[in-house]
This record gives sequence, structure tokens and C-alpha cells, in this order.
Amino acid sequence: MTATATAIARVPALDVARVRRDFPILGLRVNGRPLVFLDNAASSQMPQPVIDRLVRYQTTQHANIHRAVHYLSETATHEYEEARRKVQRFINAPAEREVIFTSGTTDAINLVAHGYGRKFIGAGDEIVLTTLEHHSNIVPWQMVAGETGAKIRVVPVNDRGELIVEEYEKLLNDRTKLVAVMHVSNALGTINPVKLMTEMAHRRGIPVLVDGAQAVPHMGVDVQDIGCDFYAFSGHKMCGPTGIGVLWGRAELLEKMQPFKGGGDMILSVTFEKTTYAPIPAKFEAGTPPIAAAIGLGAAVDYLTDIGMDRVGAYELDLLAYATERVGALPGVRIIGTAEKKGAVLSFWVDGAHPHDVGTILNEEGVAVRTGHHCAQPVMERFKVPATSRASFAFYNTFEEVDALVAGIGRVQQIFG
Amino acid sequence: MDTKTLYQEMILDHNKKPRNFGEVADANRHADGHNPLCGDRIHLTLKLDDGRIDAVAFTGESCAICKASASMMTAAVKGRPAAEAEMLIQEFRDMTTGKMDIAAPGHHLGRLTVFAGVRDLPTRVKCAVLPWHTLHAALANETTTSTEADADPMKA
Repeated sequence: MTATATAIARVPALDVARVRRDFPILGLRVNGRPLVFLDNAASSQMPQPVIDRLVRYQTTQHANIHRAVHYLSETATHEYEEARRKVQRFINAPAEREVIFTSGTTDAINLVAHGYGRKFIGAGDEIVLTTLEHHSNIVPWQMVAGETGAKIRVVPVNDRGELIVEEYEKLLNDRTKLVAVMHVSNALGTINPVKLMTEMAHRRGIPVLVDGAQAVPHMGVDVQDIGCDFYAFSGHKMCGPTGIGVLWGRAELLEKMQPFKGGGDMILSVTFEKTTYAPIPAKFEAGTPPIAAAIGLGAAVDYLTDIGMDRVGAYELDLLAYATERVGALPGVRIIGTAEKKGAVLSFWVDGAHPHDVGTILNEEGVAVRTGHHCAQPVMERFKVPATSRASFAFYNTFEEVDALVAGIGRVQQIFG
Repeated sequence: MDTKTLYQEMILDHNKKPRNFGEVADANRHADGHNPLCGDRIHLTLKLDDGRIDAVAFTGESCAICKASASMMTAAVKGRPAAEAEMLIQEFRDMTTGKMDIAAPGHHLGRLTVFAGVRDLPTRVKCAVLPWHTLHAALANETTTSTEADADPMKA
């Protein structure tokens, strides 16, 4: 046994019954059945400590930040900046000023598309994306390409839903100005080799943006280990509130980028002749930010850190393995996305039943799954399905809930049999 | 809303063996309907002769609710004057959006009341309405329509 394996074996397994008590919403009943919430890739639920933190902030600490000299403003400013430091440590970012609060992953990607893309990408340049990307990591780049005359190049996937790294490497050339790739696929669960892809791009001096929306909630993420230049993620997929997200970026890039939004808090001085922008991160945080949501995200980081991301990841992989085995054993059910390295996402197709009918019937059994194209239409096209049903797990899901999903699919097959 | 009431035998049967599935060879009207939120697509062709729907058929890729709705719709409007089809379109919309009580007399929906249950499933209303929306477009000589277009019947 290696040293690492021994260390992992010594970590006690996740106590799911204890964890579930932290999530009041998991006690709901839906259509007369206990809620089985398997739509975590869309948005996760919030534990009591995060809810309590929001209440405490709103009850005793709220005022606008970075402005007044009074007690509440100083308290709110301190808590907001403390949340930034928590996020910095959570993803092992080198400096806290490199952590920019955004409204979410989409906002973070748009920030880079505008701040970097519109300034440094021009006619004839190329932006490399992948077939797996969420629309939020496609559309902002298409907009940049449309305005600048740059071209979008797309990394293909194999039949298991894995990026074909050899093809990726062939796409990189002197005209490539940026690589934008998701860490974990929301539609298929594929974990992409972002560290290797970053190394390949960096050999040619190409910066890399990683969309980590589906990674940060489910595994330990170390941006310095990955080596990328930008890393984006959302609070509401990791037990935090909606309306808050993060862009981590290298200071030397953030500093030479143009601001995304203009307004208060992002300036040093303003006259009608000229405005001097504030240093990062303030340069990218115009206006009053979602202060409560940022502090809530900090509390979510604390909560996840207490449980341990290694433990979260290990437990979710056990759940995924069990779900893959049970759903995969059902006749007439095809699992879409069978990559060797996967996060806890199970996309599937039931013969003779459209995903929307599957979703409606599962809902009747209290089981919440996402059905549709998952904002990843190129993936659906690649696998020749109009849509899929997707069960996505969190560390508070149980093996019994996987059984409920399997029973629900059985009910679908009974109705459409 | 219990799906056991929505996924009734009649709907399941029309989903499995859709009537009028295909294209009308000598069609003089056609329309494509699309629900971008869920990906449902309906391609409708029909032959309008002296204000009467002589023939109507559909193809498409959709959920059971949409396909069964299209199948039963084509069966209901075939051979009828366009004006009567428009009346059914209005009544079907009113039923699925909860604007009409199907128990009250005066409507002409007949077996189509099997879709009344979707009014309790807001995300599925558009699945049931898409074929009717597409028929309305074809009769109005519009060749494409969408449940998200300005003419979205849900906004009406």
C-alpha cells in the first residue's frame, strides 16, 4: 500500500446520516414520498450552518462595504474579505487579490471573455473549446469571435465522452489565443485532464481558462497544481447561495485586462476627462456586490472543509459506482458518458420513453432528476440523443436513494412497456 | 397531479402508434414547431382545400405528451373546416392553461380532454400545446413557430 493510500484509508468514511441532519430541505415529502434530490449538478441544497450564517449576517452585520467608517460597514467589509480568504485557501490560490467575486460561473467566464478576449483576441486568432462545454463556456466566446473575427476550434470526444487529447494538441498553434475547457462535464460527468491540457497549452504560451462549476463542489481543487490561468465556479452548486461565484485569475493577467463593468468601487478616481481604475480585485467588482451571498459562500467553504473534500469525493464515487451498476443493469437503459474518470453524474436514456416523460414520472415517485439537453446541445448531438435524464449526486445522497431512482425507472418502463 | 391520470391508456397508445404520422404528399401548407426549452420538434403538413383540412400529417421528435397530442389533434381536425380547427385550437389552449372548465358544457374537445391533467404540470403544458400551435401557424401560412416566440400561446 502506498503512503497516500494508507493516509486515505485512515480517514473515517463520511457519516451520511449525520450529514443529512444538516440539510432541512432533505426532510421534505414530494407527492407523498420522501424527497430524493438527484439534481445537484444544477444546484445543491444548503446546510443549516450556511443558512444560519446568512441570518446572522443579515441580523447583526449588514451595511455596504468598502465605504463608510461606521461599525457595521467595517464589520461587513471584514466578513466579505474574510470570505475571499476562505475561497483563496479552498482552491489554494496564491493570492487573495486574485480571487474575484462574480455572480456565478457564467458571469466569471463573461468577465474573461470581455476583459481578456475583447482586448487580446483579434481577427484570425483562434479560441479552443471542447465538445463537452456548457453553453456558458461557448456563447461568450462566440460573441467575442463574432466581434473580433476570431475562430472557434472544438476538441472532439470519443464514444465514452472523453476528450481526445491528441486532437486537442493538434488544434493548438501560433494563432491560438486561449483555451477554455470545463473541469468536469455537467452533462456526462467526464473529468477532463485539465492539468495535462494546461501544460500543452503553456508550452505554446497559450493561457487556459477552466470552468470548475462541476468540480469544486465534488473534489479537492488546487489551481496551482492544475497550473491554469483562470478558474471559474459557482456558490450555489457547493452548498452556498445563488448569485455568487468566483473567478480566480493570475494577477499578471487580471492586471492587464480591461474592466468588465464600470461603476462604483472599481475606481481610484473619476473625472469627466478620465477614470483611474482600482487595483484587482476591486477593478472587477463594480457596484455593491452580493455581500450576504459571498459571506454565505465562505460559510459553505467552511462546511465543506470540515467534512473534507477527499471524503466527499470518495463517498460520491462509491455512490456513482453503485448507481452505474444498478442503472446499467436495467434492460433497455443506456448510460451516456462512460469515461474512465467521472464525477458523480449519471446521464441515461430509457428506450421508448422521452426524458421529459421519465422526469415527470420520477417526480411522481419523489425523485428529482434533470431532463433535457443540460445546456450542452453539442454533447446531445454528438451522442445522437435529443436529451437525456440526468441523476447527479451530492455527498448527502444515499445508496437507498439510488434504489429509489432504479425503482422509479422501473415504473417508467412499466408505463411505457 | 398524479401521472397515472396523465399517462392514460389513450395517450400511451397514441404515443406508441401515432395516427397520421408522416407527410401529406400534396400538401399546400406546412409548419415546423419547436420548443427550445425541451427540444420537442413537430413537422406538420396539410392539404387545405376550399377552407377544409382534407389531409393532415406530422412527423417529429418529442415526448409522449407532445406526440400523443399531435396524433389526436390530426385525427380530430382531419376533414374539418379550418375555422372549426381554429376553434379547437383555442379550446385546447384554454383547457391546458386552466382557463376553461372541461366539466362545463359548450366545448367541442371530446376525447381531447384526456390532456386536461397537464394544467397541473406547468413545465409540460407546452409539450401538449406545441402541435396545436404548429397547426395554427400552418393555417396562418407561417412556416415556423416556437413556443418561445412572440406568438407564444402561453402569453396570450
